[in-house]
Parts: sequence; structure tokens; C-alpha cells
Amino acid sequence: MQFKSMVVSNVELSPNYFRMRMTAPQELLASAPGQFLMLKVTDAIDPLLRRPFGLFDVGTFTAEYAGCGTQAYCEILYKVVGKGTKLLCALHHGDVVDLLAPLGRGFDLGPAGEEKVLVGGGVGLAPLYYLAKALVARGEKVRLFAGGRNRDDILCITEFERLGVETYVATDDGTLGESGFVTQVLERHLNEGMRIFACGPTPMLGAVAKMAASHEVPCQVSMEAYMACGVGACLGCVMKGANHTEATPDYRCVCKDGPVFDSFELQWS
Amino acid sequence: MHRPDMSVAVAGIKMRNPVMTASGTFGYGAEFADYLDLESIGAMISKGLSLKPKAGNPTPRIVETPGGMLNAIGLQNVGIDAFIEHKLPYLKNVNTPVIVNLYGNTLEEYGEVAARLDGLSGVAGIEVNISCPNVKQGGIVFGTDPGAAQEVVRLVKKNTSKPMIVKLSPNVTDVVLMAKACADAGADALSLINTLTGMAIDLERRRPVLANVTGGLSGPAIKPVALRMVWQVAKAVKLPLIGIGGIMNGRDALEFMLAGATAVQVGTASFLDPSAAQRIAREMEQYLVDHKIGSVSSLIGALEL
Repeated sequence: MQFKSMVVSNVELSPNYFRMRMTAPQELLASAPGQFLMLKVTDAIDPLLRRPFGLFDVGTFTAEYAGCGTQAYCEILYKVVGKGTKLLCALHHGDVVDLLAPLGRGFDLGPAGEEKVLVGGGVGLAPLYYLAKALVARGEKVRLFAGGRNRDDILCITEFERLGVETYVATDDGTLGESGFVTQVLERHLNEGMRIFACGPTPMLGAVAKMAASHEVPCQVSMEAYMACGVGACLGCVMKGANHTEATPDYRCVCKDGPVFDSFELQWS
Repeated sequence: MHRPDMSVAVAGIKMRNPVMTASGTFGYGAEFADYLDLESIGAMISKGLSLKPKAGNPTPRIVETPGGMLNAIGLQNVGIDAFIEHKLPYLKNVNTPVIVNLYGNTLEEYGEVAARLDGLSGVAGIEVNISCPNVKQGGIVFGTDPGAAQEVVRLVKKNTSKPMIVKLSPNVTDVVLMAKACADAGADALSLINTLTGMAIDLERRRPVLANVTGGLSGPAIKPVALRMVWQVAKAVKLPLIGIGGIMNGRDALEFMLAGATAVQVGTASFLDPSAAQRIAREMEQYLVDHKIGSVSSLIGALEL
């Protein structure tokens, strides 16, 4: 769907990290965790393209202005990294943005009864919160492994804990949780009967994918890529499939075939 | 007041309005069906198709630049046979002309792809890409040398009975020379411009942003160049022209018509607004209503100097 959306709130969580809530049509409640949206932050031609964001949360709230009961919303979690996000973080309640959502293929929640393990790095936590909510609603046991360079990169841990998710934190500099990579913490807890869902920087995802393969644990990864359209037309956001070679190329579209892939579908260098 | 007449015809291809979707920016049509009414636009042009499927370039393939974007997709496509088998049946059920964009790695391949499309129902015409800047043999050789361009156009003409549009590159010293060469060789219409070769550099990494090093610039940044080229060619060549380059709204499109274009193609705009083609057609019509102009074709080449 393409729709206009009103900013409800846009809050700085830690330096340069923001959480933004926007109104959404009721239909968005049928979206799946792992799906994403494309946001046009300005009508002007610079920045020209939309920006992709994973759905951090989707739900309903009682709008104080509407007098009409509940209003659907969607939320994103983002880091200010460039021109687009700089404009985005200056938006206030009442500002209007143009959205395409929901887009792409979301997470496959898997059979009930397995332990669900979420692994997130930095803003990679965004799609995992929506996922955690869905899993908890099914009565699943969920653990979260969150990593970042320092404590400012570890976002919304309280929100996860409030859902009943057991959380493990690691930072490169040890300012929060264990010192080191989150993948090291993960490795100690990996065992059969788990299912991994990961989102974060590509090197982290590569490490998680490798670990999952060696422990024979099913693993899905949510990828990030530069993209122009989000609907499978520009072919700008492709990644190499597992069997890609120069002679037999196999590119997958992050926006359409993903952003969530089974880790074995992709090539990890 | 009656609704204005928005219809135009390019080389015998009748369209309900002058807005076509540019090759490589509209997938194979179906990708956009959720966002606009495919039967509200003038014509659809397919992704550039080659004899064999093509994987395209390594990534990064795109980067945003001020008022535009660079792409070096590398003509990734499913190949002409897969298009005919898997993509065309869907498009046949849409009551909008479908024009197939094609290219070859060699002269012979241009002829071969054209031959496979000839006589196929559901294909209203072909657009010959002699101007992709991103692959070594993706046409740019043919698009920058008048003699080579003529060879391609003559061969394709021999292999097709369908209306043939030739898509011109702006990366030439004299676009009029190329336009005349293609006209003399038998093109039925010309579309211009393809992307302008450009480059983006990552200062911190001291590397080009695109894996392909260079890419094709599109978007509003190139509109003035495109308008100038359409205007120059319109003065020199009798063929119908299709204006392309940074069209974002109805006013942009109408400017191209004043410069001499019979129709326009919307490209990059579809990336940021998947309903752009339909919106632009509507905005053009509204302009005509507001200015009490009875038919859009009356604006073709109506620029006053």
C-alpha cells in the first residue's frame, strides 16, 4: 500500500538513535514481522529516494485527537547516518510522510515449541521487537542477544524484557553487558532445538550464519541494502545467492525475495 | 467543458495518453499493479531484454546523488524467451500497449531478439537500446558511433514488422548526428535521453561508490539536458520523439512536449512514487483543463521562441 501517515511521536532514545511512531491504515495490522516500509521524508527532490526501515512495531492506540476509538500505528527505529535520516529526526507530531508498506518477505516463525533466539546488532534490533511480540503472543520462549559498539547502541532492552524476553547484552567496549561480540555470547548458549532470527551488520550476520550452520540450527537473517524502489523493479538491492558464481550468477533481491532469508540461501564471504 | 483529448500515437502505437513507463524502472509491469491502474497509462516498456538471461553487475549498483541517482545494474534480465513465456501472458491481459526494450551483445543478437518478438501478439512495438552506459557491450558502442548505430537499426528493421523506437544516448558529442543516422536507417521513432554517465566517490574509503565505478545518472538533475536534446533533435528530424529525463510531474512532461516530444517516459519517478505514471497523466490532463486546451497533441513542438 501507499499511504500518507502522520507522525505521532519521534523520540531520541540514545545519541543519534530515534524511535518514531506514525499512523497507519488498519490493513497494516496484517503485516508480518520482518517486513519493511519505504518512507519519503520530503516532497523535495533532495534527498530524492525513499528510505527503507524495518517495522519495529505495529499496533493500535487510542488517539487523543480522533475521538473515534483506536488508530493503527507503525513504528521504526533508526540511526541518524545521512541526509535522509537527518531530516527524519527533525520531524514532529503532526508532520506528514508518505509510506509504502508492508513490503518484502517477513520471518517464518517456525513450529511452536522450539526455543526462539533473536540476535540483533544496533538498529538491527528494529524488526526483532515486532517479531518478539508475535512470538510471545504465541506463548513461545524467546531469548534476545543484543550487541553494539557501546551502551548507546543497545536499544529498547527494557521493552523486550517487559514482553518476558530473556536478554543478553554484549558491547565491544564493555560499557554494557559482556565485553566483546554478541556472537561470542550466543555461541555459548546455542544448542539443538533452537531457531535463530538475526538482524544487524552484515559481518555479524555472516558470523551468526556460520555458527548456525555448524550447530545445525535453522537461522533466518534480515538483510539491509541500498535500494531505490522497494518493489523489485530497480534491481539495485541484490545480494549473491549461495551458489552464485561468475559463470552461473544468482542474485536475490533484498526488497522482494527478502529482506528475510534463510541463512543458507545467501553467500557469506 | 469536455475532458481534453489526451490521446497520442507514436509510430502507429495508439496510446490513451502520452505517459509511458521507461525501461528498467517499471520491472515487467506486474510489480506496480498494487500501486496504480496499469490501464491508466499510455504504454509500458519492459526491462531491457537480451537473447540470454543476464545477471547484471556486482553491488553496490545504485547510489543517490543530489536530485538524482546513479545506477549500474548491468541490464540484469530474464532473457527474451523467459519474458515471452512468463511475463508477457500477464501483460497481454492488460489493455495498455506493451513495448519491448531489447539489446544485444553483438549486432547479430539485436537481430535475433527482434526476430523472436516479430509476429507475437501482445507486443505493440520494440524499443532498441543502443545506449546503456553500464555494460561493455550493452549497446553503448552502437550508441556512440553513427555508422554502428545504423547497422543495428537496419538489421533490426529487417527482422521486425513492428514499430521500432530507437533509444538514444546523451553521452555523445552531437545527439543530432546520431538521431539523423538512426532516422536514415529506418527508425520509426526516437526516445531520448538514456542516462548520463556519471560517478560518485566515497571520500573516506577513497573508492568509487559503485562496484562498476561509473553509472548512469537519472532523475530531476538531468531534465535540463534532456529537454535541450529533445528540442535540438525535434528541429532536425521528422520522426516522432519520446522525451525522457527527470520527469517528476505533469508540468515536466508537458515541457518535453513543447520541446517537440509526442510522448514521454517516466523513469526514476516510479522508484520514489510507484503511482507516478498515473499521477503524471492526471496532472497533465488537469493542466489542459485549467488552461482550456482541447487536446494534448496540440502542444507537441508548440514552444515559442
